[in-house]
Amino acid sequence: MSADNAIDVRGLTKAFDGRTVVDHIDLVVPRGEVCGFLGPNGSGKTTTIRMLCGLLEVDAGEGTCLGYDIRREARRIKLKVGYMTQRFGLYEDLSIAENLDFTARVYRLDRRQERVAAALERLGLTSRQKQLAGTLSGGWKQRLALAACLLHEPELLLLDEPTAGVDPKARRDFWREIHALASAGVTVLVSTHYMDEAERCHRLVYISYGKMLAAGTSTEVVEKAGLRTWAVHGPQLEAVLEQVESNGWMAVPFGNSLHISGDRGGDFPRWLAEHNPGLARAVHIEPIPTGLEDVFIALTQDARDTVS
Amino acid sequence: MLRKEFIQLRRDRLTFAMLIGVPIMQLVLFGYAINSDPKHLPTAVVPLDSSPLVRSIVRAAQNTDYFEFVEVGTENEAERLIARGDVQFALVFPSDFTERLLRGESPAMAVYADATDPAATGTAVSALQKLPQVALRNDLRGPLARLAPDREPFQVIVHKRYNPEGLTNYNVVPGLMGVILTMTLVMMTAMGMTRERERGTLENLLATPVRPVEVMIGKIVPYVIIGYLQVLIVFSAARLLFEVPMFGNFGVLSAAIVLFIVATLGVGFTFSTVARSQMQSMQMTMFFFLPNILLSGFMFPFRGMPRWAQWIGEALPLTHFLRIVRGVMLKGAGLVDVLPQTWPISLFILVVAVIGLKRYRQTLD
Repeated sequence: MSADNAIDVRGLTKAFDGRTVVDHIDLVVPRGEVCGFLGPNGSGKTTTIRMLCGLLEVDAGEGTCLGYDIRREARRIKLKVGYMTQRFGLYEDLSIAENLDFTARVYRLDRRQERVAAALERLGLTSRQKQLAGTLSGGWKQRLALAACLLHEPELLLLDEPTAGVDPKARRDFWREIHALASAGVTVLVSTHYMDEAERCHRLVYISYGKMLAAGTSTEVVEKAGLRTWAVHGPQLEAVLEQVESNGWMAVPFGNSLHISGDRGGDFPRWLAEHNPGLARAVHIEPIPTGLEDVFIALTQDARDTVS
Repeated sequence: MLRKEFIQLRRDRLTFAMLIGVPIMQLVLFGYAINSDPKHLPTAVVPLDSSPLVRSIVRAAQNTDYFEFVEVGTENEAERLIARGDVQFALVFPSDFTERLLRGESPAMAVYADATDPAATGTAVSALQKLPQVALRNDLRGPLARLAPDREPFQVIVHKRYNPEGLTNYNVVPGLMGVILTMTLVMMTAMGMTRERERGTLENLLATPVRPVEVMIGKIVPYVIIGYLQVLIVFSAARLLFEVPMFGNFGVLSAAIVLFIVATLGVGFTFSTVARSQMQSMQMTMFFFLPNILLSGFMFPFRGMPRWAQWIGEALPLTHFLRIVRGVMLKGAGLVDVLPQTWPISLFILVVAVIGLKRYRQTLD
């Protein structure tokens, strides 16, 4: 057990009604890092996060969170972890200040009023503190929720899709704050669907169907996936898409272009020229560096193939 | 649309169970348990004079099926049993009863009736009043036949205790206190946890280090205060509008009320740990409320119910609370008199609290 790792769990498993939702996940996050937690909907991200902070009992597996055993020391973990739920979890019929005050009391914090006032100040909501939380917009709710789970100065932040439904400006501000916290020594595990957010993380973990498929820095993840990618431009992208599907290539439409990925041995331009010379002449193909999104779509497709 | 409703109904098993369960429960309770003409009422006999004639009268009374007799030595003892609610009636035969009867002086036997619940005593009292004509028909023969003629050989003088005018208000209004508390408090607390669940605040709450006991106390205490306010309203209305007397000590009553409120809220909290939605909490509340109102002695005389229904009634805190409230207000019962009723309520609280805390999940499993 290393005190340098904020999260250090092995073989984490959870099943609901006989359906395994999280299947032997190993997760190590060093202190002070921002770890992006990625995966499609229903892949087990939320379940994993809930197990880490003691909201769900662990079916199998073991490990520590901030040095405390996740099976036996849930209460201690809760004292030092800030968890921001996917759905707004504060009281809509309490005012902003009342919500913060409630949270502070539940954690039995000292200097309560001072902390609440400071949090309001940081949020820039001092003048609106009497407003009911339910009347806030999505972006403000998210900031308030973050402020509430930072009140007790947690060492680890678990954020479950914090930026879902939040506009780009608010997302950027949010990430600035996440990085500020990380440089102050707070560890952050954040689940997201946004690739631009994934690239802002120190390391990434990708899970699908409850299984961990990739982990590492974004360059490592891309490197390990071993993919070559081409961008296809031209008028007949729909035809190209039809041609490559179910032929072992991964195709992702990107507006005016189509990204085609395949494992390193493959050579897409040659393959297309062989299978559909007419189409190959009609479009323009250029090799591009493989992006995270290409990797994740490839991983998800692989995982689905193995499951089915 | 119709299909969708049926599919949803089938998924919500608790609702479905309630839809079937409530009518069955009503059938059983109304059909078998409720009896507005209670028989076999416990009655104390004080035979200061125990001649064969007195025994004949007692036997005749027994034959009406309205009474179950226990013999006690003194009139004071009998009065105490009535005050505690252990017996419904006491028959007192004065020591010179037979002697005067034989002399043809038509002596009086005294009947003390606990009239707090007029419905429970009404028919039994009228049965008693018919006694003089029938009781001694077989005894007053031969040489004694001259005593039997047109004049009644003895008289029955009924003393209705605690509610001499037989006003139903006296019985119902104090009882309402318990019924209102049961209804509102169970419902409010039953919604407590389910509301957190439905609004999505439960997950956030569980992620904090808050303890189950803290949640339980926090959820219950506000309603103790609200419950107390309700009691004050009903109590004032009882005194001012319905002129229900208050013979007992308000302190004793208050203590009993707090105990009862805690029991009621415990039920609500336990329901809220079981129910998945606010709708289900409501249904469970109704399911709990029904036997409470029917089997506690609020609407129908407790002693009129069959044994099994009485057993269920004894388990409900409302039954004991009603006895305490009526005892304190109408009979002036003191702490010692109500104490026996507090143990079942305390036991109930213990059981419910244990179930509630066991069922309370600190996780979302």
